[in-house]
Amino acid sequence: MFASCADPGSLDGAMWLACYLTSGKHMAFYASFGTVLVLLLVTAPVALACGFAGAVAARSDILPLRWFGRAYIAMVRGIPDIAFFLFVPIALDQGIEWLRHQVKCPDWDLPVRQGSDFVVCPAAKMPLSSAPQWVHEGYGFALAVLAFAVVFGAFAANVLFGAMRAVPRAQIETGEAYGMSGRQVFWRILVPQMWVFALPGLSNLWQILIKATPLLFLLGVEDIVYWARELGGSKTSAFSYPHPDWRLYYFLALLVFYLLLTHVSEMVFSRLTRRLSHGQATLAGDALRKAQA
Amino acid sequence: MSCAQTFHDYALRSIGLGERLLPRTDFTLCDQFVLIGSGMLWNLYFGIAALAMGFFLATAVALGRSSQSWPVRKASEWFIFLFRGSPLFIQFFLAYQAFVLLPRVGVDIPLGVATISVQTSWLTKAWLGAVIVLFLNTAAYSGEIFYGALRAVPRGELEAADAYGLAGWQKFRRITWPTLLRLAWPAYTNEAIFLFHATALVFFTGFPAWRQEGDALYYANYFADKTFNPFIPYPIFAFYFILLTLTVITVFGRINRRLNRHLAPSERSRLKIRLPLVR
Amino acid sequence: MKPAIVAATILTVAAGAASAQSVIRLATEGAYPPYNLIDDSGKVAGYDVDVGDAVCAHAHLTCEWVTNDWDSIIPNLVSGNYDAILAGMSMTEEREKVIDFTQNYLKPEPSSYVAASSDVDVKHGVIAAQTGTIQAAFVQESGATLVEFATPEETVAAVRNGEADAVLADKSYLVDYVNEDPDLAFVGEDVFLGNGLGIGVRQSDTDLRDKLDAALAEMKKDGSLNALIDKWMPNSEHF
Repeated sequence: MFASCADPGSLDGAMWLACYLTSGKHMAFYASFGTVLVLLLVTAPVALACGFAGAVAARSDILPLRWFGRAYIAMVRGIPDIAFFLFVPIALDQGIEWLRHQVKCPDWDLPVRQGSDFVVCPAAKMPLSSAPQWVHEGYGFALAVLAFAVVFGAFAANVLFGAMRAVPRAQIETGEAYGMSGRQVFWRILVPQMWVFALPGLSNLWQILIKATPLLFLLGVEDIVYWARELGGSKTSAFSYPHPDWRLYYFLALLVFYLLLTHVSEMVFSRLTRRLSHGQATLAGDALRKAQA
Repeated sequence: MSCAQTFHDYALRSIGLGERLLPRTDFTLCDQFVLIGSGMLWNLYFGIAALAMGFFLATAVALGRSSQSWPVRKASEWFIFLFRGSPLFIQFFLAYQAFVLLPRVGVDIPLGVATISVQTSWLTKAWLGAVIVLFLNTAAYSGEIFYGALRAVPRGELEAADAYGLAGWQKFRRITWPTLLRLAWPAYTNEAIFLFHATALVFFTGFPAWRQEGDALYYANYFADKTFNPFIPYPIFAFYFILLTLTVITVFGRINRRLNRHLAPSERSRLKIRLPLVR
Repeated sequence: MKPAIVAATILTVAAGAASAQSVIRLATEGAYPPYNLIDDSGKVAGYDVDVGDAVCAHAHLTCEWVTNDWDSIIPNLVSGNYDAILAGMSMTEEREKVIDFTQNYLKPEPSSYVAASSDVDVKHGVIAAQTGTIQAAFVQESGATLVEFATPEETVAAVRNGEADAVLADKSYLVDYVNEDPDLAFVGEDVFLGNGLGIGVRQSDTDLRDKLDAALAEMKKDGSLNALIDKWMPNSEHF
């Protein structure tokens, strides 16, 4: 970073620290905070979409679909999320490659599982082995997002399912009395009204999602936990900046980061709740009206 | 090797009894079922120990949060904020890093008749260190739940207690606490389920596995890495956890019925199967 | 398995425009100096990395590096996330059941115990080793109590803070720690494990193995491999 950092061995004190904290490795560490935020911002809408589909399936009139929806919702209740994070990316990766293998190489006569090898034809590789590095990285990240979306989609489905039930029956009946079809009632009455009931659950869900992001590290994505461990470990003179075991400090920094993130989110959500409660026929809405009067 | 033999060798492998070496090749379904099941002993131990201790601290934290005294209230609020606001994963890492820095000494605790000598180095072992983290973590989450329930205790019941001349500890023990528990129980059941799920994280964070003795996920991951086939060990792991979750729901449901037995049937709060899912 | 796909250096030891060949992806751990490490600019470096670059140049292959956690490095090779492993990996019978190795690019190296006091009993004490290494398997069989850690650095940290009595790892890795920390010393006798380091490839990938093998043979003949040994592993045997 600074020109004077060319020879770290000759530095000491604050200058050494300044050079140390701006080394290429540290820059990668700072960038990984961005990775975490991007994951959060990408996963949230995908999970919400999964949740919406799950909730709709659980309310469906078609029996198998309803079973599927209910089973999906019940799934995260019984099984720890970390098991999904370990399982889903591998299963998806092998599943996608297997499907592409069936489509692209129908005359391939070798078995896909040879002993412990999982071999598909080169054209079925995901991503193709000739793809540039960023495609590989993007693919790994996308698998991680999907794993998160599957788990948090089930949480969201539970919240939305509850919220749909909480919409007053009279509202639905009024819609029907106006001669709306089932589809119209769903989109024009139920969906617009359910959000205020879903908000407390969704805000809680967002907090859980934040607190699950360090698990990215287990998926092999180079996130902040990966770099904190890598940078914090003691370094011998094989490295330009030798130092003893500093992992405690790096993890303290991560703790502060997460506390800030959850705290800020909480403030934003409480504002949002206030705004959404405005004019609603709920206790919170009444309180707002009284406060203004 | 027959399955009975495998069971004999590995059923208690996770706590150091039985065959010393883990199976290396030719993994049978039986191997995987037995070893992953063996690992569940750790998950059970972590969960039960943390819940049993956390319950009491949670009550104290809830009372602290509603205390009149400013320092007590602030301390409780910060405790809850610290443990609910950060990922458990980071808490494990941080706790392990902090525990290994403690000086290694034995402390003798006189207990009247006997003296136990306690080693600070035990803190770096999962059986104590991880339990402490889980204990503080669940105390913070349950403390928040109990605090909410405490504020929801009907005023009428407290006034009735006053009218009967109950005060202080007696009033708390006989009136406030049972009602608080009754109100908090559905949410607390949910917390218990999540805590058991959280026990699967222990050996994936700072705490190292000794003599390859780990929890269910440790063994499931061992098999997945050795066989390169995730489709067998993880579903087995999931199967065990679903059993565990159902057991928790049954046990807590029984307690819930007991907490509600004095009420008229129409007023009983049934432990709904569709509990609020989120922590 | 775990799609541990991570950027490292993209190396264009280009085979020119002549071959439109696909890129060979090489995996390393990046946490085991001097074999492989991530240097302070964030790039992979070390003996494995220099050997890999040279082999690719000799074989006219376009190669790029990825880093991957040690515990999933073989599974990820097998499932095709990359094509070869150069990660200070010793050739063992157990690994050869799963993947293929080229000829060795380093002769069998001693593994050593390092402890914070000289009176440690390495046969019965608590010995730290990295998960899934030949050293871990050796400790488990030797009768000592094995403590496993995910990264090599943690095994040394465990000895420093008293968590373990000693650590067993490759001598070349430990020697820097012993030289620079007056509290640490070699104890017990060195043990020779494995059949030297080899480049790991999928068993189905015989084509790649033959190419890498030929390149290594060439480098052994022209002395360029010995030059790399001198650069990174001054205590190791020449070919």
